[in-house]
Amino acid sequence: MTLLEFARGPGLQGALIIFVVGVLWRLVGILLLKHKRDYNEPRYGGLWPLWGGFKMIFTRFWPRKPFQARTAYNETLGYIFHIGLAIIVFGGGFHILFIEDLFGVSWPHLPNDVIYLAGVVTLVAMIALLIRRLTHPVLRMLSNFDDYFSWLVTILPVVTGLMAVAHFGARYETLLAIHILSFELMLVWFPFGKLMHAFLFVPSRAASGYIMTRRGAST
Amino acid sequence: MTEETLGEMMSRRGMSRRTFLKFCTAVASSMALPPSMAPVMAESLANARRRSVIWLSFQECTGCTESLTRSYSPTLEKLIFDFISLDYHHTLSAASGHAVEKAREEAMEANQGEYLLIVDGSIPVKDGGVYSTIAGMTNRQMLEETARHAKAIVAVGTCAAFGGIPKAKPNPTGAVSVEDIITDKPIVHVPGCPPIGEVITGTVSHYLTFNTLPELDDKRRPLAFFGDTIHDRCYRRPFYDQGKFAESFDDEGARKGWCLYKLGCKAPIAHNACATVKWNQGTSFPIQSGHGCFACSEPDFWDQGGFYKPLSAGVWGSAEGIAAAAAAGVAVGAGAAAVSRARQKKLAEGESEDTFKGGV
Repeated sequence: MTLLEFARGPGLQGALIIFVVGVLWRLVGILLLKHKRDYNEPRYGGLWPLWGGFKMIFTRFWPRKPFQARTAYNETLGYIFHIGLAIIVFGGGFHILFIEDLFGVSWPHLPNDVIYLAGVVTLVAMIALLIRRLTHPVLRMLSNFDDYFSWLVTILPVVTGLMAVAHFGARYETLLAIHILSFELMLVWFPFGKLMHAFLFVPSRAASGYIMTRRGAST
Repeated sequence: MTEETLGEMMSRRGMSRRTFLKFCTAVASSMALPPSMAPVMAESLANARRRSVIWLSFQECTGCTESLTRSYSPTLEKLIFDFISLDYHHTLSAASGHAVEKAREEAMEANQGEYLLIVDGSIPVKDGGVYSTIAGMTNRQMLEETARHAKAIVAVGTCAAFGGIPKAKPNPTGAVSVEDIITDKPIVHVPGCPPIGEVITGTVSHYLTFNTLPELDDKRRPLAFFGDTIHDRCYRRPFYDQGKFAESFDDEGARKGWCLYKLGCKAPIAHNACATVKWNQGTSFPIQSGHGCFACSEPDFWDQGGFYKPLSAGVWGSAEGIAAAAAAGVAVGAGAAAVSRARQKKLAEGESEDTFKGGV
């Protein structure tokens, strides 16, 4: 079995199984936790807390005014690389073929040049964010293995994908295999590290919004 | 080997030096050798003696021989058959039965350590190799016996080089390649299903000229022919780079000759010379005819998940594993939550006891 055969076959299947088990394990485990009863008289009762929870899922996409200047660097670059990743994953013709094979749905792809540009911009943004993390004293103190490893497994598919399309460094089949394997590494790490925020940010914000509305705080 | 040199033989047959040089130039250029090598090749070949070649055919379809006999130019094919003494070949030998087997034994005896062994077809080894026998011998026995005194071996076709179609899952005959059995001889692979005729003749010519095997890649294929992928040399490559793909075999993209990647073309992983040497006197090759490449010169090409599945798609047996994973994930999550809830309850009870003890 060649490296590419492994990456496209058992490797991919194994990584997806770990991903699905891990994500559902964590989501179900958290959602079924017992929540402490709030005995306080609600400031806003009825359906208001639910509305507050729903609202906060979206209001937290943007920092509040007093924090905007301080968080501008991280927010801007964070948005750039998240949007870049979305363009690559959901706009790239080769990735849509992968998704179509998995889920049976497809849509028109973006021009290759747009995907390559998104790849380079994403790469630069992620490196800039790492430099910030390494040089900012407070951020550096707050960072642990999870932060760095999550960054690594996210950037690796971008780097290897760019190498594969450029046919740079090795034969195409090797580069394609390494690209798929790097994606599989991300899938395996995803449920167990901070990448899980992709799923957890919704229930987390909703729960906070619910509680804060009930207590009369602004959401 | 015969005593007469090739130069003497060609002169006797009335072949001009000009024709001979043209042949050498064609072979040198097809192997990406510098132009200065053509006269060297001519000199070397002219002084060489016809080398005995034994061609063994095992689990195969004769496609490789068909390809060889349709080699680019009739002159080239004729010359190749003049350069070698093809002492044993199932399809091309005039003799048959005991006579042809005797010819093989005599050629081995007379050219011990000097003859070139060409093999096409894979070798079945399951159940004692009973699935393919010739003259009462299993393919394995015949290969081992003939390879013992061969100077070098050329495994022609993907079956001989990598096991090929007989080795495709579930490989009912236990088919293996030549290198799986013979480990102590120089072996060169000329894979393809079938290989291009010029690639076969070019590789043999190189051996006859320089008396060495050509430079090989990690899969023992001559770099001159297998150094690039078909994708690298494909005339549709600009469409790939522009992201213009045919979505089906009869859509507008297909009619405009756009890239066939989405239709399962495996050219990006196929190392072969189809896009440059082409087939049928340089007329065309599969992609030019509108169909994706199978990557037939690569090991296990038959088991790559389907000819029409794009390279970037996964190779799945079924989605059952994922469904089972989802069920397992929910079950483990629910179990973890149950344990956590029990612990939460216990902690809450402890808290109320502490509160009570505190006298509030």
